[in-house]
Amino acid sequence: MRVNEHFELAFNAVWPSAGGSRGRTARVLPGFGLSLGITLLFVSLVLLLPMTSLVGQLAGLSLAEYWAIITEGRVVASYMITIGAAAVAAIVNALFGLLMAWVLVRYEFPGRRLLDALMDLPFALPTAVAGITLATMYSSSGFMGRLLEPLGLEIAYTWVGIALAMAFTSIPFVVRTVQPVLEDLPGEVDEAAMTLGASDGLAFRRVILPHLWPALVTGTGLAFVRSLGEFGAVIFIAGNMPYETEITSLMIFVKLQEYDYVGASAIASVVLAVSLLLLLALNLWQGRFIRRLHGGES
Amino acid sequence: MSIRLTNIAKTFGRSMALEPLDLDIADGELVGLLGPSGSGKTTLLRIIAGLEQADRTPGRAIHFGERDVTNVHVRDRRIGFVFQHYALFRHMSVFDNVAFGLTALPRRSRPSTGEIRARVNRLLEMVRLEEFAKRYPAQLSGGQQQRVSLARALALKPDVLLLDEPFGALDAKVRQDLRRWLRHLHDELGFTSVFVTHDQEEALELSDRVVVMSNGRIEQIDDPDTLYRQPANRFVFEFLGDVNRLEGSVRDGELTCGDARLSVELPDGPQELLMRPHELKLLEQPSAHARLPVTVTAASPVGAEVRVELVADWLPEPWLATLRHADFERLGIKRGQRLFVEPRRWHRFGEAATRGEQTAIVS
Repeated sequence: MRVNEHFELAFNAVWPSAGGSRGRTARVLPGFGLSLGITLLFVSLVLLLPMTSLVGQLAGLSLAEYWAIITEGRVVASYMITIGAAAVAAIVNALFGLLMAWVLVRYEFPGRRLLDALMDLPFALPTAVAGITLATMYSSSGFMGRLLEPLGLEIAYTWVGIALAMAFTSIPFVVRTVQPVLEDLPGEVDEAAMTLGASDGLAFRRVILPHLWPALVTGTGLAFVRSLGEFGAVIFIAGNMPYETEITSLMIFVKLQEYDYVGASAIASVVLAVSLLLLLALNLWQGRFIRRLHGGES
Repeated sequence: MSIRLTNIAKTFGRSMALEPLDLDIADGELVGLLGPSGSGKTTLLRIIAGLEQADRTPGRAIHFGERDVTNVHVRDRRIGFVFQHYALFRHMSVFDNVAFGLTALPRRSRPSTGEIRARVNRLLEMVRLEEFAKRYPAQLSGGQQQRVSLARALALKPDVLLLDEPFGALDAKVRQDLRRWLRHLHDELGFTSVFVTHDQEEALELSDRVVVMSNGRIEQIDDPDTLYRQPANRFVFEFLGDVNRLEGSVRDGELTCGDARLSVELPDGPQELLMRPHELKLLEQPSAHARLPVTVTAASPVGAEVRVELVADWLPEPWLATLRHADFERLGIKRGQRLFVEPRRWHRFGEAATRGEQTAIVS
């Protein structure tokens, strides 16, 4: 409590207009200082502290050493594979996630609630379970692998397998961000487009897609960022061949197993920076779009 | 362009939303579809628009003028449709919303960009929103949004304009203004329009003819005056305004109900009489042929008249009377005051009677 009061005083000093619960401007909702204090404390403990210690690990490195670690050939190859596979997974998810959200929102059919619940399975399922399942299914002796091998399609132990595992674990991001926005879009809007003579394609392109666009981009972006860091689901199906099917998370893991904490932290910091920048960019862009939709200054 | 519906019916699952019906709407007419919710009025409008398919009943047909549009897709029917909640494209400016229909035309029939701009500006001028062209729908009030939606629907010069509860989501004052303005626009541009409403005042004020519907059936089609004066049945009578009910038994030309008495020329037996609020006269003493004692519970001046609520122990539900201010002041009506009602006229709908029976009492 003391800490919190202290914080509130500090907060009021920095942003006087925000006003605490006992400030000059009385707030209708009480507890602003307390709730913000707890939030920031939690964020510090769970997010900021570990990240700071990660950066702290790097303190011992000179810039040149740091650069050498993060640009080592095998690591750079892993960036390429990770980003490439994550991009493919994100694009595939954008298409199928949009379709699934569409089906879930726009149609009534038996089993809709079950399908809706299934969407969250990749969140709930331990990623290692997903990885093992995918690996056994798509290996040359597996059920799908045997079907695809004669066609010359190899999935397990190639980048296709990596992308597949990434797509599996990140599809809920797209579905769950697009779904509420689509529910918010009244069916009357496509009907309006039709009464104005628009074909289905045109109505989708000019009326529905622009409306869903921010949610779709955000969902796809989240799926992409999630895929960049995916480990459990991917390593079983990846085959982990240096320069070919090693992902960046695996490089961190390998460094840790070699007790090279500093090296691991250096690579981790790259993943962290890329993810953070992407999320920040998404947020800024989406904020601008939404302001326009809800009637701020255009 | 005239609209002719033949044998149109609609079932949803097992429930019948529309019983097979025919309807003719003349060129340039403004017709209101009036009914309570669930009466099938919106379904009928959506079938005319092509947003809903009528059942495959034999001989079903929809004609716009000579054109058979029964199997024509909504996008090719050349209609304008105005939705209750406007259904504007929220990510587009007002200008782009109105221009949508024109820019959606196939390239060979699409006007040039300059021509589109001129036409949209003309439409915006017509709905008095020319200064709002660059705004987004979320920055407009409800009434303004509905005007944008109207301009958008008129951009393609439709033969038929269909409006689904166009003023339902607006407040009373704006509704009144928009109603008058729509009537004006209709007379000026001469399109045929059909609108749906559950507000009898709106239907009576705006329409050339009103189609009263209930339970998927058309109850009556008439001009507002006939509709109000000669309701086809009890449903229409009750739906078009407030009703006071008097139930009692008749013996020797006198209806009694508790200590209330009224001279009537009706056969003996139980009878039910209905009266409009303006058909009740309030007196300080009972008259020769009516002795209906009541107590005033509330009086509120509404516009040109005063609405007085009346109760009595012989009445199962309170009555409502509307008086002129002069009468109200002459009687010096206060809450709790005891008065006598004398009906100027009453209405009776028998089970078998198709047209209502009306009797005026001369006093």
